[in-house]
Amino acid sequence: MALTKEQVLHVAKLARLALSDDEIEKFQRQLSVILDHAEKVMALADDGVPATAHALPLSNVFREDVAEPCLPQDKALSTAPESEQGRFKVPRIMEDPT
Amino acid sequence: MSELWQLSATEIAMRIANGEISAVEVAEAHNARIEALEPEINAFITPTPDIARAQAKAIDERRATGAPLPPLAGVPLALKDVICVDGVRTTAGSRILDAYVPPYSGTVVHMLADAGTLLVGKANMDEFAMGSSTENSAYGVTKNPWDLARVPGGSSGGSAAAVAAGMAPIGIGTDTGGSIRQPASLCGVVGMKPTYGRVSRYGLIAFASSLDQIGPFARNVRDTALLLNAIAGHDPKDSTSIPDPVPQYLDGLDAGIDGLRIGIVKESLSEGTQPGVAGRFKDAIETLTSLGGEVEEVSLPSFAHALSAYYLIAPAECSSNLARYDGVRYGMRADAPTVSEMNARTRAQGFGDEVKRRVMLGTYALSAGYYDAYYGKAQKVRTLVIRDFDEAYQKFDILVSPTSPTTAFKIGEKADDPLAMYLNDLFTIPSNLAGAPAISIPCGLAEDGLPVGLQIMGPLLSESLLLRAAFAYESARGPAERPPL
Amino acid sequence: MNYEAVIGLECHVELNTESKMFCGCPTTFGGEPNTRTCPVCLGEPGSLPVPNRRAVESTMMIGLALGCRVAPHSLFHRKNYFYPDMPKNYQISQYDLPLCIGGRLDVEVAGTKTTVGITRVHLEEDTGKSLHIGTTGRISEAKYSLVDYNRAGIPLVEVVSEPDIRSAAEAQRYVAELRSILEALGVSDVRMEEGSMRCDANISMREPGGEFGTKVEIKNLNSIRSVGRALTFEIERQRKALEAGQALLQETRHFDESSGVTKTLRSKEEAFDYRYFPEPDLLPISATADWVSALESSLPELPQARRARLAAEHGLSVEQAHAVGASVASTGYFEGTVAAGANGRDAAVWMAGELGRALNNAGVGIQDARVSPAQLADLIRLVGAETVNLNTAKRVFQMAFESGDDPGVIIGREGMAQVSDEGALATAIAAVVASNATEVERFRAGEEKVFGFLVGQVMRETKGKANPALVNDLLRKVLTTGGA
Ligand SMILES: [Zn+2]
Repeated sequence: MALTKEQVLHVAKLARLALSDDEIEKFQRQLSVILDHAEKVMALADDGVPATAHALPLSNVFREDVAEPCLPQDKALSTAPESEQGRFKVPRIMEDPT
Repeated sequence: MSELWQLSATEIAMRIANGEISAVEVAEAHNARIEALEPEINAFITPTPDIARAQAKAIDERRATGAPLPPLAGVPLALKDVICVDGVRTTAGSRILDAYVPPYSGTVVHMLADAGTLLVGKANMDEFAMGSSTENSAYGVTKNPWDLARVPGGSSGGSAAAVAAGMAPIGIGTDTGGSIRQPASLCGVVGMKPTYGRVSRYGLIAFASSLDQIGPFARNVRDTALLLNAIAGHDPKDSTSIPDPVPQYLDGLDAGIDGLRIGIVKESLSEGTQPGVAGRFKDAIETLTSLGGEVEEVSLPSFAHALSAYYLIAPAECSSNLARYDGVRYGMRADAPTVSEMNARTRAQGFGDEVKRRVMLGTYALSAGYYDAYYGKAQKVRTLVIRDFDEAYQKFDILVSPTSPTTAFKIGEKADDPLAMYLNDLFTIPSNLAGAPAISIPCGLAEDGLPVGLQIMGPLLSESLLLRAAFAYESARGPAERPPL
Repeated sequence: MNYEAVIGLECHVELNTESKMFCGCPTTFGGEPNTRTCPVCLGEPGSLPVPNRRAVESTMMIGLALGCRVAPHSLFHRKNYFYPDMPKNYQISQYDLPLCIGGRLDVEVAGTKTTVGITRVHLEEDTGKSLHIGTTGRISEAKYSLVDYNRAGIPLVEVVSEPDIRSAAEAQRYVAELRSILEALGVSDVRMEEGSMRCDANISMREPGGEFGTKVEIKNLNSIRSVGRALTFEIERQRKALEAGQALLQETRHFDESSGVTKTLRSKEEAFDYRYFPEPDLLPISATADWVSALESSLPELPQARRARLAAEHGLSVEQAHAVGASVASTGYFEGTVAAGANGRDAAVWMAGELGRALNNAGVGIQDARVSPAQLADLIRLVGAETVNLNTAKRVFQMAFESGDDPGVIIGREGMAQVSDEGALATAIAAVVASNATEVERFRAGEEKVFGFLVGQVMRETKGKANPALVNDLLRKVLTTGGA
């Protein structure tokens, strides 16, 4: 199916990508081609076929509830672009969480 | 006498154990080889000569005490830069992780150190393992040692090229849709994707979690088996890790394939396959037959559809896996007044074209109203692929196909056509969807003088069988051709 | 128009496991920021989650306690949205295959019982916390924010009710009852003040039996009181709007504790697209019949059963059984007091009265009471034996609560024993009659109510220690016979 520019913009917003106009135009074209191709194939899988999320027949893998050592604070923060007061520093959060 | 960099892992470990050579000599020979060839090949994002030297020194000191040495003691190793090493820059081939130094090491990193390997460098790759050419690396394309104008394949192109060029006898790659086997084929080395869950993914920077698998590169099958033994095994840190015990892959390696039922995947013999590739594949079939293999064609109808399913499943998973690169906790950060703008700019500047394309594709495929049509359907096609394999393995022990429809292509040749690029993975993707193991071994040179790979596929946990078949084939055909370097 | 409220609650409960949901980091409160973290809960590239068995089992037990069915097959899903509190920018949660489905919770308000359906009980991971730095600390005025991931990855259970609740009072009762069940199970600290339990409410208005109205969600109610206040306000707000003929917006609102009103957080147009899909790093959970029945048989006595038992065994009223059986600790205290010889009803009265007040004033829980069950039983015995009168006993209790001393010791030390010596009382009565001639006259003239005043005077004369029954008898005798 052909994607509209609005759909591409919406997806870019969901994916948190500040795309240029050129990129928007390019992805609109390329994603349409790829999805078109995919749709033809997907027609094969009817409702009677179960979905496979994992190829392995494993289930019930757990860890026991035992506390283990943590990273020291300086190591946890060592990769941070910015930190302050032992915390990761970020620009203003304009929106509330869900 | 061979140069040290020409030796196999098995020979190096043996000579060091015997005291014929020191691990430090081996490390220096490979460090020197890397230094000499890197300007041309660009196999590494971050060479780590000091680490290799220090690890070699420890091996030599251990030998001096008379303590037994681990199986790969003193063997140089190229590690794909998608696996985290504590204190060592790890980029996943992306600008967004340019300065990232992980605070921990992946499970295989510990296992490889325990096995005695020497880390000579973090190998180049397509950004976040998305690609079939290493052209998507933010650190420049890796050149194919057979022809510097051509790609080495990908995404583990750096590891494959390093092993082919003698920069290390063994390497580690990751395979999500063919990213070990395809570059192994294009560079003329052995590469194996083990069963999903056989090797821990803990510390592997995720592309598509339900498909990603770490595996070995080497210049021969025996080294491949040795390296697989070093990294395979259950890991409580990876929920998807297989608890079954790991066999000794060297045991029975030379048992031959007499009577083995071998299915040729009919769908891999399409007109899209390069004539020279088809020719070498035919030769390989003859060799397998001469070894006592019972060869027959088999049709796996879903084989052709696997590609489309893969290009929905992998992008969907990657769109979520890559959400964490947001400029908050690690990696690059672009300036912006608010956190959401900062996220969006960081990601736009930090990710390359292919990554953005797949993140967009995957986000779309998962978004409200489209899940069932795309991701849901693709998961069903995955079931069909598994059923086809299951049915084939009722009649056959192993399946064979060319690894890649073509030999190494020119740099830039497919860069602007994502669909053409995706077709590289046509024969390798089904094994990833099924979670099953597959190996690519060199089967000669095509009409263009470039290496061709033979892919051998098997059911879940059939690594021993695949290695045995590959070893029989390799022994019959003789050592693989080496690039003119 | 006669509108009725239609309310559903989603309650989030932090489990009290030793370690986090998907990594080994400890769950202990406090500590410096980002010192309870590891590659997994920081979302470092390449890290992988492994689920905590106890968290899964605790969730199943919550489901079983709420009469849910434990699903034979359940999955973790990823809920995708960007927020800096969330290290991976997705939350591992559950979607269409939760651990437990279809239960019920009975609530009783003013003698009317309602059954609230439980839609599902599922397990997910908590997020980190941000500190908003700016003039007021409010998110909207902050200059920048600081993120701490110590709480990221704490196991969080979500209990979702059907929209079966019809009033703020029922909602409060529902939350209190749920809290009490979680406490009985021992799976959570259920300290709402510390955020270990919080609720979201969905509310709409309709004409009884009519179509559902526009749904409004109120986020993050963090006490039972807030649930009541927020819903009371919101029901009134919606009713007024509807009566004024205004349309309601489908939106998410926030309850402002200080002003007691709900305010718009965001409208439905900004709704999120979470792109749920099965978490590929985790495997399915298959709850075998054996596993579920083992958990079921390990369930402790639940509050409803506990209250029924207490009422039956000790002849308590519904209210008393509720009060005494409010928590495991409170039940333990009650049963300890009875075991030490007290009558159940007396113990219940003391616990609801003096003990409750003292705990409230001291701001401590019953487990920290300075009067032990044995000491309370002793005090009750002393009242019964008329060693002290009830008023003095209350003072003794207060002193015991402050000092931890035995009631008997306090009574002896402070000379608080009840005076039942008729000679001593006669002296006191004589003194009162003498100094209150006017009142005595009024009583004798038939003004009965003055009697109480005179009794009070005698009690005062004896510093409250007089046996009140005896004072009554003797005083009346003196006044009516004109003696003394
Ligand atoms: Zn952790």
